[in-house]
Amino acid sequence: MSDAALTAGIAAESPYNERVIRQFTIATLFWAIVAFLVGILIALQLAFPVFNFGLEWTTFGRLRPVHTSAAVFAFGGNALFATSLYVVQRTCRARLFGGDGLAEFLFWGYQLFIVLAASGYVLGITEGREYAEPEWYVDLWLTIVWVVYLLVFLGTLIKRKEPHIYVANWFYLAFIVTVAVLHIGNNLSVPVSLLGTKSYSLFSGVQDAMLQWWYGHNAVGFFLTAGFLGIMYYFVPKQANRPVYSYRLSVIHFWSLIFLYIWAGPHHLHYTALPDWTQTLGMTFSVMLWMPSWGGMINGLMTLSGAWDKLRTDPVLRFLVTSVGFYGMSTFEGPVMSIRAVNSLSHYTDWTIGHVHSGALGWVAFVSFGAIYFLVPKLWKRTQFYSLRLIEWHFWLATIGIVLYITPMWISGIMQGLMWRAYDDLGFLQFSFVETVAAMHPYYIVRAFAGVLFLLGGLVMVYNMWRTARGDVRAETGLGAAVTAVA
Amino acid sequence: MALIRQEKFETNSILLLLGIIVTIAIGGLVEIVPLFTIGETIEKVEGVRPYSPLELVGRNIYLREGCYLCHSQQIRPFRDEVERYGHYSLAAESMYDHPFQWGSKRTGPDLARVGGKYSNDWHVAHLIDPRSVVPESIMPGYSHLVEHTLDSTDIAEHLKTLQIVGVPYTQEEIDNAAADLAAQASPDADTTGLLARYPKAALGDFDGDPTKVTEMDALVAYLQVLGRMVDFTTYRPDYAKGEPE
Repeated sequence: MSDAALTAGIAAESPYNERVIRQFTIATLFWAIVAFLVGILIALQLAFPVFNFGLEWTTFGRLRPVHTSAAVFAFGGNALFATSLYVVQRTCRARLFGGDGLAEFLFWGYQLFIVLAASGYVLGITEGREYAEPEWYVDLWLTIVWVVYLLVFLGTLIKRKEPHIYVANWFYLAFIVTVAVLHIGNNLSVPVSLLGTKSYSLFSGVQDAMLQWWYGHNAVGFFLTAGFLGIMYYFVPKQANRPVYSYRLSVIHFWSLIFLYIWAGPHHLHYTALPDWTQTLGMTFSVMLWMPSWGGMINGLMTLSGAWDKLRTDPVLRFLVTSVGFYGMSTFEGPVMSIRAVNSLSHYTDWTIGHVHSGALGWVAFVSFGAIYFLVPKLWKRTQFYSLRLIEWHFWLATIGIVLYITPMWISGIMQGLMWRAYDDLGFLQFSFVETVAAMHPYYIVRAFAGVLFLLGGLVMVYNMWRTARGDVRAETGLGAAVTAVA
Repeated sequence: MALIRQEKFETNSILLLLGIIVTIAIGGLVEIVPLFTIGETIEKVEGVRPYSPLELVGRNIYLREGCYLCHSQQIRPFRDEVERYGHYSLAAESMYDHPFQWGSKRTGPDLARVGGKYSNDWHVAHLIDPRSVVPESIMPGYSHLVEHTLDSTDIAEHLKTLQIVGVPYTQEEIDNAAADLAAQASPDADTTGLLARYPKAALGDFDGDPTKVTEMDALVAYLQVLGRMVDFTTYRPDYAKGEPE
């Protein structure tokens, strides 16, 4: 990206490294669109197989990891980098540790990881582990980048000028450290040759399954939850201009969340060959996890005490608050689905896919959108958005998109689960497998359409932020009480 | 009390870091370590063997194409699943799977016991154009598998690597890897040694083109062995041993 785009309109540099935040913000917007686009394509492939295009590089099996990695690691990851590095500098009143060069390495190093991973998937280079598909050489590169990230973040904490470490940073630190542990633990493998791409995992079968879902569920717990809770704890109070509701609740939320989450993995393996004792532990801790999750949700929502009226006039706050609402919804649905009897129906079906997206779109994406809307005017030194009305459009396009996504996935998931176990009155299985596939067709079409709405919302945001960064202001009547000023 | 101690954590970055590491370590250690130490985690079962070289290459193609994203290989102990797919999956059946391929989603059916259910011809036709045999299918076509000749000059290296991570390949199996790979896909080859090393390996010219060994040959050889290693006509779970038949 050109220096002009990064420095446009910026007269005086701030005492903090904001250049790297601008870089990560632009990357967040870019990868968001990529993730949404590939998501729509693979959704269409399930509705109409012709969208596989008959090419080996564009089948569902190769593109699905491109979608999940683009959404989680590229869009979500860049949002976490942008916000964590912004928050840690502000709340510590210290410029990033390691200097601007290390920050620059962090940015380009992480983008290189994304490109290496995604190009590998398309070419068929994969470890075949869900959400941990990159092969050994990409894993090693990410490890280097991640250790630098930890150094920069921790170093900045250490040289802080504030006596206390702000709560958002506890969550960011837990996210960075735990993801490092998970990434290394789950990717232990032996390459066939140092010049080749193929490796074999160190563990196999049942132990490998446990390790993978220890990783997989905590990619959710720490990458997509702890990290984004860091966003919540900084950006919700800032945007609402209110202090965090309860410090005591934050302390309990933090320690109980990180303690309990790590146990939840085995609920992905109910009724499998994993021993029952492990499954029971996983289920028990998943249900307990409901408590800290809702403690955190309450802490986020109640931060708006005395400021609820702002929801009428501030669509940015609306994104943030809705995201916390979806966080509460997903973290209730999750424990329910982790109960073995429920899981026997929901597992292997679209219900899981719907659940994941209520978290990924409703929580992760919405809280990121809120943070981006907060950051862009500040980073490009603008006092006003190009258009508040476009933020309003984005909000409703995306919200309707989410509802149209999760509702058909509930229906199709529960329906397919019931069809699989249905018997006719002679005692035979009532449906062949492919009949249950055919029954999914209308829901897959609605889901793809929902993805288009979500993408449209994203494009509206990108356009709006581009014009905002340029300093353009659209002539329009304000919302509600006509409050258009950002600050 | 708790809040007093919290003050120490949030005023000392290193202490906070250590606190986090200890807190997140407990759950993982309790759930993962015993799986390696408790002997009965994997039941003792007759018949489970390492994959033959051709099956192994086929399995790597299965990974490469992301089949696990739509097909599980793990049958749960429910009446409908056992009737639809066969005996519920045992831990022993994936003990040589590096990595495991249990999957998490059934956009298509479970494949843990697909071996022997369909003919080689059916698999080839289905993989090339799924809708030619299953009109409602939404699976992508994999016609490129027939076009790609196997490049398996390094097959012995693969077996050696798996030996490092614990798969009990013998030196004899490593030495014969390339020959075994070719023999399994050639209808006229002498397969006595191959079958002694890898009982129940599916044999034949899977893709209908005897002039070359393709990726299709390998993938079908893999699919045809899935779920067939353990003989469930004689298998008795541990808890039922000692009871009358």
